[in-house]
Amino acid sequence: MLETYLKERRKGKDILLMTHIVAGYPDWDACSDMVAAMVDAGVDLMELQIPFSEPIADGPVILKANQEALERGVTVARCLEFGREMARRHDIPFLYMTYYNILLRRGVAAFVHEMADAGIRGAIVPDLPPEEGEEYLSAMAENGCDPIFIFSPTTSDERLRYLSSVASGFVYCVARKGVTGMDTRFSDELGAYLGRCRRATDLPLALGFGVKDKTDVDFLTGKADIAVIGTQTLRLVEEQGVAAVGDFIRGLR
Amino acid sequence: MNKKGYFADFGGAFLPEILVATFDELTAAYESAKADPAFWQEYENLMSSYSCRPTPLTLAENLTRHFGGARIYVKREDLNHTGAHKANNVMGQGLLVKRMGKKRVIAETGAGQHGVATATMAARFGFDCTIYMGEVDVERQRPNVFWMEQLGAEVVPVKDGTRILKDAINEAFRDWVSNMDNTHYVLGTACGPHPFPEMVAWFQSIIGREARAQVLEREGKLPRRIYACVGGGSNAMGIFGGFMDDPVELVGVEAGGRGLDTGAHASRLCSDDAAIGVAQGYKTYFLQNAEGQMQETHSIAAGLDYVGVSPILSHLREEGRARFTAATDREVVAAMRLTIRKEGLIPALESAHAFVQAFKDAPDMSPEDCLIINQSGRGDKDIFTVADAFEDPGWREFIIRKAEQYQT
Ligand SMILES: Cc1ncc(COP(=O)(O)O)c(C=O)c1O
Repeated sequence: MLETYLKERRKGKDILLMTHIVAGYPDWDACSDMVAAMVDAGVDLMELQIPFSEPIADGPVILKANQEALERGVTVARCLEFGREMARRHDIPFLYMTYYNILLRRGVAAFVHEMADAGIRGAIVPDLPPEEGEEYLSAMAENGCDPIFIFSPTTSDERLRYLSSVASGFVYCVARKGVTGMDTRFSDELGAYLGRCRRATDLPLALGFGVKDKTDVDFLTGKADIAVIGTQTLRLVEEQGVAAVGDFIRGLR
Repeated sequence: MNKKGYFADFGGAFLPEILVATFDELTAAYESAKADPAFWQEYENLMSSYSCRPTPLTLAENLTRHFGGARIYVKREDLNHTGAHKANNVMGQGLLVKRMGKKRVIAETGAGQHGVATATMAARFGFDCTIYMGEVDVERQRPNVFWMEQLGAEVVPVKDGTRILKDAINEAFRDWVSNMDNTHYVLGTACGPHPFPEMVAWFQSIIGREARAQVLEREGKLPRRIYACVGGGSNAMGIFGGFMDDPVELVGVEAGGRGLDTGAHASRLCSDDAAIGVAQGYKTYFLQNAEGQMQETHSIAAGLDYVGVSPILSHLREEGRARFTAATDREVVAAMRLTIRKEGLIPALESAHAFVQAFKDAPDMSPEDCLIINQSGRGDKDIFTVADAFEDPGWREFIIRKAEQYQT
């Protein structure tokens, strides 16, 4: 399971890195190259986002990537093939990130079975709170995949413990209110929030939303187990192309 | 957070974690208001002094004679302040916002009626106000954009996705996840995560309560059928709510657009193009493709041009408690013209959908029976669209002349 992998890996590194791409954006070749460059630069695990037409938790950059991918004809079927190919080719864990309707339409059990069969280790579904996720949770458990749940600064201590009781693999802590891609203040307040998360669970903690450079990653070292780089790599690729990805990741820690 | 807000298998609350606490707070405020008879009294007082409640039930004698069947009554939600039933929900939520102590309201709007109602409520109660509106709708409902801005609201045109109502809802949610501490999202229809469908239907139930009492007083018996247009479903739930336990047929009319077989429509409950899904925080029938991506919709009426529909109506459909049909753009324009000429009533393009189906059914019904059409709003806002549909030469010349004046 992911938890064991992450805890082992943490023994050798002060902080782990998780990166994110939107499958099919800007195109399939660029995606393959990005994943290869990220793995080569030492990324510890990756999220592959399957585009959805209503990505309600995402800010402008990822929203636009979702829309452009769909406009260019990216299908869920093709994303799943891509996931299978990446998991076969690279020796790090991959997760799917997508919205619940994508699972529901394919059949939740069928989707989960297919992802497990492809070697994908877990999923992040931001619009599926555990209360609505009975079928998902049992399918994930049956197939040995980790359902990654989200902690937020507005979550009460009681609910953090509840979420921890259904989560496995690790927990994704969102750094602040708002959607992806906005600035985050890496402040004492964020440190205190991570402390609250730490007390609520023994699972590794990932922190995402607004992590963009080495300063941010340094701030998180010692407070979280995994730093999540999302929007920033997309911005980089849009401004400087795929070739800039490797150096950027290597410069983060 | 509990698993609440289900109507059989429809509804729920598919929330990103950051909003769970906000919805818990809203649900608590709604439940305490609902349990407090003084709240409903305050609401009715407000609606009778600031808006025109109770709205009249008008017997459409000329239309009745024209069709020669059931007696046709029209419930006049167009006479609400701001010109549509939207005010019922907005003023109710406004009172809740006061109770919650928030200072800013945001809303999505399609036809602009919900946006105008929200901007009006914000002006009256002293709240800051931001309205999200798809770029396509900003163009086709320009008079309402003007009034929202005069009322002090900021109108943000939404350029993402299909640039209509659903995209405006997404943007409003994106605002809310950043600003929930001081902001309430006044959702405009009986959709979205719990408690919105139930809460909006509760505020709108004032329509059905009045209509039932009014028709009994006038006719001494219940109507055979009730007709309402269905966008998200709030005016339909509002009037249906008064007759739920009665032997009355409930008829919801969706946007048939260019025809159900063209794909260019917004019929979720009476076409084969929709399937059960989850988006915008709730589970219902959505117009979506085989992989779960939402489809583009079309209607001449911006307020009906939406991919999803109230989970409560999806449930009524599954149970067979309500019947759903569609009216095409062309039929809608003809029904609107007839209603204007025969009765001196100007229904909104949205409302005119309900008139279409009532006109189809009325001749086959007995003159002993009556039916009620919910005129959810007035058509003034549609002047540009309707003038084009009627191909009115005088209006066209006027606009050209006016444009020339602005250019010099
Ligand atoms: C006049 C009028 N009627 C109907 C609707 C559709 O909404 P609902 O189905 O929630 O009543 C709208 C929405 O904008 C409207 O403005």
